[in-house]
Amino acid sequence: MTVSYRECCKLALRQCLDQEPRAFLMGEDVAAYGGCYAVSKGLLDLYGPERIRDTPLSESAFVGVGIGAAMGGMRPIVEVMTCNFSLLALDQIINNAATLRHMSGGQLGAPVVIRMATGAGRQLAAQHSHSFEGWYAHIPGLRILAPATLEDARFMLPAALREQDPVMIFEHIFLYNQEGELDAKVTAVDLERAAVRRRGAHLSILTYGAGVQKSLTAAEALAAEGLDVEVIDLRVLRPLDDAALIDTVKRTHRVLVVDEGWRSGGLSAELVTRVCELCFDELDAPPARLCTAEVPIPYPKHLEDAALPQPATIAAAARRVCGRG
Amino acid sequence: MPSLGADMERGRIVRWRVKQGDAVHRGQVIVEIETDKGLIDVECFHEGKVLELLANEGAELAVGAVIARLDVAGPLPEGTHDARPLPRIGGAPTDIAEAPATPRLGSPSLGERSRAMGGDKEGAFPGDRILASPLAKRRAAELGVDLATVPAGHEGRIAAEDVERAARAPATTQPSTPPPPRDAKEAMRRAVAAAMARSKREIPHYYLWQAVDVTDALGWLVRHNEARPVTERVLFAAVLARAVARAAAAAPDLNGTYDEQGVHASAAVHLGFATAQRGGGLIAPAILDAHTLDIDAMMRAIGDLVQRVRSGGLRGREMSAGTITLTSLGDHGVDGLLPVIQWPQLAIVGAGRVAERPWMHGGAVTPRSVLTLSLAADHRTSDGHGGARFLQAVERHLLHPEAP
Amino acid sequence: MTALPALDGPTALELYREMLLIRRFEERCVELYGAGKIRGFLHLYDGEEAVAVGVLRALAHHDAVVATYREHGQALARGLPAGEVMAELFGKREGSSGGRGGSMHVFDAKRRFYGGNAIVGGGIPIAVGLALADKLLARPNVTVCFFGEGAVAEGEFHESLNLASLWRLPVVFVCENNLYAMGSALDVDEAETDVAAKARGYRMAAERVDGMDVVAVLAAARRAVEIARKGAPCLLEMRTYRFRAHSMFDSQGYRDKAEIERWRARDPLTALAHTGKAHGLLDDAALAAAEVAVQREVDDAVAFAERGTLEPPEHLTRHVTAPRDPGRRA
Repeated sequence: MTVSYRECCKLALRQCLDQEPRAFLMGEDVAAYGGCYAVSKGLLDLYGPERIRDTPLSESAFVGVGIGAAMGGMRPIVEVMTCNFSLLALDQIINNAATLRHMSGGQLGAPVVIRMATGAGRQLAAQHSHSFEGWYAHIPGLRILAPATLEDARFMLPAALREQDPVMIFEHIFLYNQEGELDAKVTAVDLERAAVRRRGAHLSILTYGAGVQKSLTAAEALAAEGLDVEVIDLRVLRPLDDAALIDTVKRTHRVLVVDEGWRSGGLSAELVTRVCELCFDELDAPPARLCTAEVPIPYPKHLEDAALPQPATIAAAARRVCGRG
Repeated sequence: MPSLGADMERGRIVRWRVKQGDAVHRGQVIVEIETDKGLIDVECFHEGKVLELLANEGAELAVGAVIARLDVAGPLPEGTHDARPLPRIGGAPTDIAEAPATPRLGSPSLGERSRAMGGDKEGAFPGDRILASPLAKRRAAELGVDLATVPAGHEGRIAAEDVERAARAPATTQPSTPPPPRDAKEAMRRAVAAAMARSKREIPHYYLWQAVDVTDALGWLVRHNEARPVTERVLFAAVLARAVARAAAAAPDLNGTYDEQGVHASAAVHLGFATAQRGGGLIAPAILDAHTLDIDAMMRAIGDLVQRVRSGGLRGREMSAGTITLTSLGDHGVDGLLPVIQWPQLAIVGAGRVAERPWMHGGAVTPRSVLTLSLAADHRTSDGHGGARFLQAVERHLLHPEAP
Repeated sequence: MTALPALDGPTALELYREMLLIRRFEERCVELYGAGKIRGFLHLYDGEEAVAVGVLRALAHHDAVVATYREHGQALARGLPAGEVMAELFGKREGSSGGRGGSMHVFDAKRRFYGGNAIVGGGIPIAVGLALADKLLARPNVTVCFFGEGAVAEGEFHESLNLASLWRLPVVFVCENNLYAMGSALDVDEAETDVAAKARGYRMAAERVDGMDVVAVLAAARRAVEIARKGAPCLLEMRTYRFRAHSMFDSQGYRDKAEIERWRARDPLTALAHTGKAHGLLDDAALAAAEVAVQREVDDAVAFAERGTLEPPEHLTRHVTAPRDPGRRA
């Protein structure tokens, strides 16, 4: 039976609400409206307004309330409609959620899960197309997840709810409509490791979120040319899975990072640096990056497409790293 | 540490001829370096000032290591003024020496970028540094492959695949790094072995030889030397060298080099002059612009060169600039020889002894002084026909040593 | 001074002793800051003692407290041992937060004392969240949230009051209006200077209280806690004054000395002593004994902090996230 990424997100929420009595969902228009991306559609009827709570448009307050409720013993799942609006809650996420355990000398934790949509590709223009997961991955005290597959959309949230520290989940808007068969063998996922989504011998593409699908598409095209590309889905952007980076670079000796964030000071810089620090002697070519062009995301489709990594540009970058460009 | 020969891997700083703060000039000898092939004077290629000497006398360094930093004086190439601050007295040294000779347009290649980011600091001369990926360096060490012998791949950088290909090619495989030579003699033998093996491996030789009646030339030489003090007397070797140099100047297929980048015909003749070293070994430093020298100048050049081979003090350029070589074994009683070309040159001329032989001359068999000249040449750039013409030209010049 | 309904002698003496402890503790902090024992920002509470002491006396042990970076008073009034608070200021591992927080981040989970928040307004949503948890878990707890009048200009204040009122959450918002947000007087920053009026705009009960009068504070706090306990937020605007600078030192060019003297004349300790004696609840001997006891407590606290140990640098990266089961990767 085919299922969409959106439905997987909803199934994940239901599992949380069914299995964890302290769990509740809170966010803008999550209840009556059913969620901006319809992830929580129908849940109000199932769980009632106590557990599916609409909030005012007060990102700082309701994210802070989620943190406080977590400190008070609840297991809140806070939905920020999109990562663009999470900027209004930065103070709570960074000054409170990420620091409380440390400031209190380990006495307190804020086991809150903060979900949000991220990314570009739907012609939503500059203020609704940000990719800030790399930013949040800068902050000690947070765990940053980027589910790119149906299985991760389905099972990362329940795993996150069992964490003792704040977890942020970035669901790429491009993925909600993706459909496929959910692997029946998978009933849980870890929140530690990167995953090899495609084995290859000539080049490792390190990516996450929407970059995974695009990179797999590029890899298929490259396979026809004799380039055998490995695609690593980072899954967990903080803490990064160093062992997986070493493992793949030892196999392929070439690295391309595909990141929908901007390049300057971004996650891609962190990844390339780690590759150089951890396995410099394994490298057979300079690591390369393909990131979003350093412009606010434009509205017209052709310009938005040009700004973002695409299968064709990923393939071209891959060829260059492999000396076939 | 400059590369002073195709097989040089390391060199020892014997003596600095300059110190920090000295002004230096193009062509000035700034350091003496001992290699497997002897003591070589290394000259400077820039006008400027010595910012610092980075290697002590006695230090042995790999080719490509930085031994000194120069501040190159004079106006910067156009277009680089903004990008390159002028050196400040007492300030940190600026790598002005590495400024490109001409401004580059367009986006630089990766290799260029790598150099701009400091890659060149590794090498005494821009472009000398071997660009190889970290993995390639590791594989080269594992496989015992000398990166200097590996053709560069994509973007001018050697990748692991290039190293492995080089390792697979049986002719160029060095299965393991040989132990260090026991002494200078063995080191010299190894250097000669490597050079000769490469030459025979890569160059398809062909051979021609020809007997030449040099009786009249010897007669001219006796007359030429009669009135001169001993120190100014000309030896037959100079007559030979002059003849080969002049013939080579008119034989572009035989005068030049053939290396990884292809054939380079040379307009000038830098005549390698094979010379035995004290303690064994043979080297062939070049007499620069040999085709322009008259017989006396040639004699002086040979005398100078031989003296310096024996006492040390060869210049780096003399070791690497040769375009054709002359080797003579006449002193050892040999009638003739089929020599091995000095890689990457195109040809070598061999001379046997001058012997009194019964010879047809003026319609009768008479004793004449006869010499067997031979030519080994690279069949990739010339053939027997051209080689024969060249030998005839050598004969012609031999018989008229008096021509200016 | 407010009339003293239901105030007995032991309670009056206890209120006095707690305020005196805060006063002497803060005075000692000034000295220790000068001696280099305490570093960083140090915000002192002297002058405002009646607010913390009066409000926290109205709470039960299971109630929660969220405070600001000027929280030594609340910590001591909540019953955190003075030695642990002082050790925290010394950065010692025996401190309330293991030394990791310092003056601005005193925490004590056992006593439901949730800091120690140094972002103006940043603690207010946390307090609302704690109250939400209590409500969802049907616990009869109240959360008291302290903040200064400067926080009233922050969006988080308004967002949080709205949410608390909307969801009927048991929060007592206590605005410590000491007239200056660092150096900005309230009327410089706010179009409406009546903080209680703002709260009423969010449909919650609010009253303005003389924050220099501990008895008035206690009485108002009891009323507020009762409202909250029934399931509704309310706000108390405490009119108070800090006798010292905003942080350790500032030139105080934003207020004149005469104003400081006027407020010092209303010193909450003097006021309680005077009224208590007038009503026969306190006498000089008891006050003198309190003074001796408090001095000893502060001396002991300093000695405890001095004896404290520094966390070894190898522990640096502790307390960032909870320890993880190493088998988890498998």
